[in-house]
Amino acid sequence: MTWTWLIGAVLFLILAPLAGGLIAGIDRKITARMQGRVGPPLLQPFYDVGKLFEKERVVVTTAQNFYVLAYLIFIALSGALFFAGGDLLLIVFAFTLAHVFLVLGAYAAHSPYSHIGAERELIQLMAYEPMIILAAVGLYMVTNSFFVADIATTAIPIILYLPGVFLGFVTILTIKLRKSPFDISTSHHAHQEIVKGITTEFSGSTLAQVEIAHWYENVFLLGFVYLFFAWNPIIGIIAVAVTYFAEIFVDNVTARVRWQAALKSGWVVAGALGILNLAILSYMMTGGA
Amino acid sequence: MQTLLFLILFPILVACLLLFVKRTALRYAVVTLSALAIGGASIYLLMRYAFEGAVYFAAPSETVSLAMVAIEMGLALFIIYMGAKFRNYLAIVLAVIQAALVVYLETTFSGNLHAVNNLFIDQFSIIMALIIGLIGSLIAVYAVRYMETYHHHHPEVRDRQRMFFFVIFAFLAAMFGLVFSNNLMWVFFFWEVTTLSSFLLIGYSETEEATRNAFRALVMNLLGGVAFVVALIYLAANEATSGGIELSSVLASGDTAVVLIPAVLIGFAGITKAALMPFSSWLLGAMVAPTPVSALLHSSTMVKAGVYILVRFSPVFAGTFAGFSIGLVGAVTFVVASAIAISQSNAKSVLAYSTIANLGLIAACAGVGTYMLVWAAILLIIFHAVAKSLLFLGTGAIEHRIGSRDIEDMEGLIVRMPMMAVMMFIGIAGMFLAPFGMLISKWAAIEAFVQAPFGLVFIAILAYGSAVTVFFWAKWMGKLVTVTRNQEKVEKGFFQEPWAPLYIITGLVIATVLLFPVISSMLIEPYVLAIYGATARLGEANVAIMLLMMALLLILPVSFLLFKRSAKRLPAYMGGRTSTPDLHFAGSLGLTREAQTRNYYLNEYFGEAKLFLPGAVVCAVLILASWVLAGVAL
Amino acid sequence: MAFLKRSPWILHYDASSCNGCDIEVLACLTPLYDVERFGIINTGNPKHADVFLITGGINEQNREVVKNIYEQMPEPKVVVAIGVCAASGGIFRECYNIVGGVDKVIPVDVYVPGCAARPEMIIDGVVTALGILEEKREKMAGAAQTKESARRAAGEST
Repeated sequence: MTWTWLIGAVLFLILAPLAGGLIAGIDRKITARMQGRVGPPLLQPFYDVGKLFEKERVVVTTAQNFYVLAYLIFIALSGALFFAGGDLLLIVFAFTLAHVFLVLGAYAAHSPYSHIGAERELIQLMAYEPMIILAAVGLYMVTNSFFVADIATTAIPIILYLPGVFLGFVTILTIKLRKSPFDISTSHHAHQEIVKGITTEFSGSTLAQVEIAHWYENVFLLGFVYLFFAWNPIIGIIAVAVTYFAEIFVDNVTARVRWQAALKSGWVVAGALGILNLAILSYMMTGGA
Repeated sequence: MQTLLFLILFPILVACLLLFVKRTALRYAVVTLSALAIGGASIYLLMRYAFEGAVYFAAPSETVSLAMVAIEMGLALFIIYMGAKFRNYLAIVLAVIQAALVVYLETTFSGNLHAVNNLFIDQFSIIMALIIGLIGSLIAVYAVRYMETYHHHHPEVRDRQRMFFFVIFAFLAAMFGLVFSNNLMWVFFFWEVTTLSSFLLIGYSETEEATRNAFRALVMNLLGGVAFVVALIYLAANEATSGGIELSSVLASGDTAVVLIPAVLIGFAGITKAALMPFSSWLLGAMVAPTPVSALLHSSTMVKAGVYILVRFSPVFAGTFAGFSIGLVGAVTFVVASAIAISQSNAKSVLAYSTIANLGLIAACAGVGTYMLVWAAILLIIFHAVAKSLLFLGTGAIEHRIGSRDIEDMEGLIVRMPMMAVMMFIGIAGMFLAPFGMLISKWAAIEAFVQAPFGLVFIAILAYGSAVTVFFWAKWMGKLVTVTRNQEKVEKGFFQEPWAPLYIITGLVIATVLLFPVISSMLIEPYVLAIYGATARLGEANVAIMLLMMALLLILPVSFLLFKRSAKRLPAYMGGRTSTPDLHFAGSLGLTREAQTRNYYLNEYFGEAKLFLPGAVVCAVLILASWVLAGVAL
Repeated sequence: MAFLKRSPWILHYDASSCNGCDIEVLACLTPLYDVERFGIINTGNPKHADVFLITGGINEQNREVVKNIYEQMPEPKVVVAIGVCAASGGIFRECYNIVGGVDKVIPVDVYVPGCAARPEMIIDGVVTALGILEEKREKMAGAAQTKESARRAAGEST
């Protein structure tokens, strides 16, 4: 047994918050430019999190901190598993577990706004789950392995086999990045209609943990995007950058939709793009070839 | 063989004894002792036979078989009597048809009905026996005190507890018989006993609703019973190629086309018993029964008999279109029932729909029937039995304390009944979260379907189904952990109703996860290997990670100590209005009002009225298709 | 480390203003003034906010709301009263229902005069408030340290 996988996991745990924070900074800068503003400094997300740790600890109930900590730990764990080259399905399930903890934290607070946020977060979870599973299955069908280590080192240009799955995945990526039009549970922008949704009652260091977890999550998701282009690292990195830029663009040109539309979008893309793509693929693999 | 006979006969003995026990204390003693005996015997069975593969026993057959036919006729007469009494003619008709078919079978093919080996045991039977012996008897123990309180809360219900416990133990005996019988005639006999037992238990309260639902269960299961007898007749008539009425020789029969027809018919019986759509309504109706009955029906007996027989026959289904069709019935049931569960706020009906969904998933695995899927199906059976029994018993205990089984009323249970809430939390986690049991099985199912021919159909259904599963469980969990203020703690009276069975089952939920590699390698893999010559397992690295996650989950609560100190408490944000911690706020006109939080049920999209009919129609068509396809294959 | 100065999140509340000052507050967020340059974000949630921007003279109806929002903000926090109404009640001062100035209800750290206050002045007011915020933070950190060492001392003695 080699220990290289451990290096990936440790590097992720250390570097992902830095990379994630930086990506968030770039995101805010680009967003500002798209709106004709100067925008905050590049390191602004780090200032924000640093500040949150300086603030007083305020809770509705102490239990909420427990769930948020569990959220952070399991997000970090699923990301670490990903970069350690682990089983994609297991990673997806650990990822779901993490989000359930976040939802429970919001429930625990027993506050009307965070409650609505929690419900909406669950709807989001329900909206993106099918597509994310189909994406994992699609990657398996092409590479014959669920292990990220195998998928990432494949010589097959996966994207050519899974264009539909990729588009579907990018659609639900919008949900995961908490970007408009699907930022119904809580937005990465300041204002929304249900105060701050799921994070309403989290403040100070607890909110900082949510933020850091989000950075971990983003790096993990961009890693997932990379898998589709893994046969050529340069194209892969460019593709990740382009995808993220497209997400920012969509974020800035669309308005938030209602939860019904978010749910339908998630499910329809999973059905129309994901399943159709996989069906054609499996036909080609069994019947055609 | 003595252990097998003991497990079948001893519960009957206890059942008869309980007919004469009137005092609760004495009954409690009897039930606890016999539960210990039964549980002990099933564990002994595990030690004795786990490493031996399939072992067959030539138990005495002639007299026993005759006695069974006699009892079957007696049961038919009883059903006819009950049907006449409550004017349910459909039940009478079905009972008469079934009895006539049995007589026809006995008289016309009497020469073909001699099995060499009537009893057998293999790893799958051991697993089933453990489920019945441990979970089933724990439920029986729980039921004693529960029924005492039940009659206290429902003075209008006639106290027929002696009959109740008689039936419960007879039920357990029948289940043991079912999983140990190699003679399909015997399987059928025990099959019918479980049908009648559930009929009696569902109708326990004798209200109009209970009687109606009991008859619904009876009629649907009799329908399956009729199909079962037809299958037996077919097998007996084609003994030369089909292998007759011995389960082992039927499964070993080389002529798959001939065996497929009876397999599909028995599979249909399994579908009715496992309450897959369109027959799911009997299991939902069974909620009117006292909670231990639901726990029994849902976790360790009855529906498990249905999926047991499906999994037994899955080598026959494997690779056939008929089997694929049965698998689709399961898959459609899985997604539709999960979706409907979203719209339910009654805890028991959420549990019922989730049971139906999971049985659907098991049936989907059994129908497609590759070796990996059979492995996944058995895992599902184990984990579902453990977690679901805990949830039902927990719901029953909660209902007695807070006077409601509505999920909305369970808000803040973590404050009101902390112990209970933690147990429910573990039970729910067991149903859908990594690294708990059901998720392991679901994961295994996805991996297995990817490799099955046309597995993509199932993957697609599974992907949507597991998404909705997360939604309805997580929102229930959320209600449990909501920290409400100014609530009275109602967990007092803790020792009046001993919750020992609950603690044990909670322990089992966690233990099955920790011991899952052992269970798999010791019981499931040898069974699958013996039948298919190949077996499935999770990779060692993944198992290690699962155990790591489990350990993390067990350690995490320690972090509560970190949060104890120095956090200022503020009430929830209420749009700036001054509010109290229990969400009372100053409304307009100087009135104090209360804000309440309610879960989403999305009735417009996932309502029963909207989804049940289409789901049932699709499943009915698929069942018919499986018959046609089996006929075409011949 | 003083991250607080670099990331002041504001909460804006209209306590019966004529909307003149509110428009100017919002103008600060527009591309022309773009206060996000300084890391300022307009949150809608007191539990996330550091700076409380308040306009208008406060009437009897929202008096409790202002108090409540102020209490819900975690320390350290500052209050900036925007416009002359927030300072003294302004032209509404004589109204039967007007309290007359934010400082009648909660402590105010910075007053930004004007009718309406200009965006430049509002930004200037917030920047001034940041200095006060930093002072408060240091005081808080100091207090926490004293408390901690006192506790440790007590722990050692017992």
